[in-house]
Amino acid sequence: MKNMRKHGILNRRTLTLIIIALSVIIILAVTAAGFIMDEELYAPHFAEKNLPPSGHHLFGTDWMGRDMFARTVKGLSVSIYIGLLASCATSVIALFLGVIAGTFGKYASGIFNWFVDIFMGIPHLILLILISLLLGKGAKGVAIGVIVTHWCSLGRIVQAEVLALKDSQFVKASEKLGKTKLWIAFHHIMPHVVPQFIVGLILMFPHAIMHESSITFLGFGLPAEQPAIGIILSEAMKHLTTGMWWLAVMPGISLLIIVVLFEAIGSHLRMLLDPYSAQE
Amino acid sequence: MTDSAKHDEILLSCQNVSFRYHKGPWILRNINLDIRRHERLGLIGPSGYGKSTLSRLLAGYDSPTEGEILWKGKKLPQKGFCPVQMIYQHPEKALDPRWKLKRSVSEGWQPDEELLKRLNINSKLWFSRYPNELSGGELQRFCVARVLAPDTEFIIADEMSTMLDAITQAQIWNVLLDEVKKRDLGLLVITHNNSLAEKLCTRIVDLRDINGAF
Repeated sequence: MKNMRKHGILNRRTLTLIIIALSVIIILAVTAAGFIMDEELYAPHFAEKNLPPSGHHLFGTDWMGRDMFARTVKGLSVSIYIGLLASCATSVIALFLGVIAGTFGKYASGIFNWFVDIFMGIPHLILLILISLLLGKGAKGVAIGVIVTHWCSLGRIVQAEVLALKDSQFVKASEKLGKTKLWIAFHHIMPHVVPQFIVGLILMFPHAIMHESSITFLGFGLPAEQPAIGIILSEAMKHLTTGMWWLAVMPGISLLIIVVLFEAIGSHLRMLLDPYSAQE
Repeated sequence: MTDSAKHDEILLSCQNVSFRYHKGPWILRNINLDIRRHERLGLIGPSGYGKSTLSRLLAGYDSPTEGEILWKGKKLPQKGFCPVQMIYQHPEKALDPRWKLKRSVSEGWQPDEELLKRLNINSKLWFSRYPNELSGGELQRFCVARVLAPDTEFIIADEMSTMLDAITQAQIWNVLLDEVKKRDLGLLVITHNNSLAEKLCTRIVDLRDINGAF
């Protein structure tokens, strides 16, 4: 009986680890492939334009004869790169502000909540477009736009977590057992906040990537010459009516897959880090 | 101090203690209570009369809105190991869910094998577990072991055995009473179980009689 249970634990855990590892590998592979890709791969070849998907051109070619598979990989890699950068930066802001709001009493959390309400009250996309336009569009505009708008919900999670922990019975007991505030912060608070933070950070990637793609799609993001996924999709819209479905469907599905992979990493990591499900 | 004077020494004392949350109604009003070293005081009263609130004040978890709580005539130390330790009704909340029990039980001091054995703590099996893997009774033993540090001088047991079965209850109380007698610790038992209080305590106070808020 005991052996059987042990076997079960191992299986579930290994399976979760395998899912996480596979997702990470695929995402890293796509990103790396995009970076080291030879520009020749997605250069125009006018002899081979408007080809549907085939063995030679996996995602088909567009009206300029560019290989859509190569363009999609390149575009995804740019999106992932900007998404990673922006989510990391915005998460650090969230952690910093959340911890301050949680620790420093009423006024700090009042100001914090006021800012969060403002940012959450305005639709992300509008704010993003405004910020991106103000900063002259391009990768910088998009990244800063995402950074400025995305810290709110994670910040609130961190704040709530710190507040709840501060009043929890085991922290109070620890204080009475003679532990200093700093010691408690490192040994009791951090181990609870960090997993939440990491999962929140990873679940932020798909948001950032989607927002980056959408404002690029709308024409407020990356410049048209860059093979970003938003650009590919908005160009494809113009040709959709001529029956070239693969221009939109294939890159769209690829984007979806990347987003789903990030979600998979996030939710499986949560299962591993949460003591209530860690040993299931 | 002579032995008998030490025996009769006032350990914890409430002086006109009142408490309320923010601007809410008074939960405790003008409470005066002295607890001496030689006695085991039982504080009884029905739910909602402020028993647990008073115990939190006495243990220094919260401060009274008015009045003072004195430990041997002085304020309770805010830093360092607190001589007044509380055992709480919900052991699962009093232990960090992300800590293995070995770490939790030795957070304040290293309990010796003998005490663990008397508390029926299976250190081999339980030490490497997380709190959510053990039952309330099992966890409560860890909480008891944790507060029985050498520097502890007073123990507040706030409904500590309410959710335990009769056998576990008896076991834990026997060990705790032994330790209290052996080390001459102060003990405050908070319960709404009158017969338990009568069994354990040398003096019983009904919170309804001393709480001016009701």
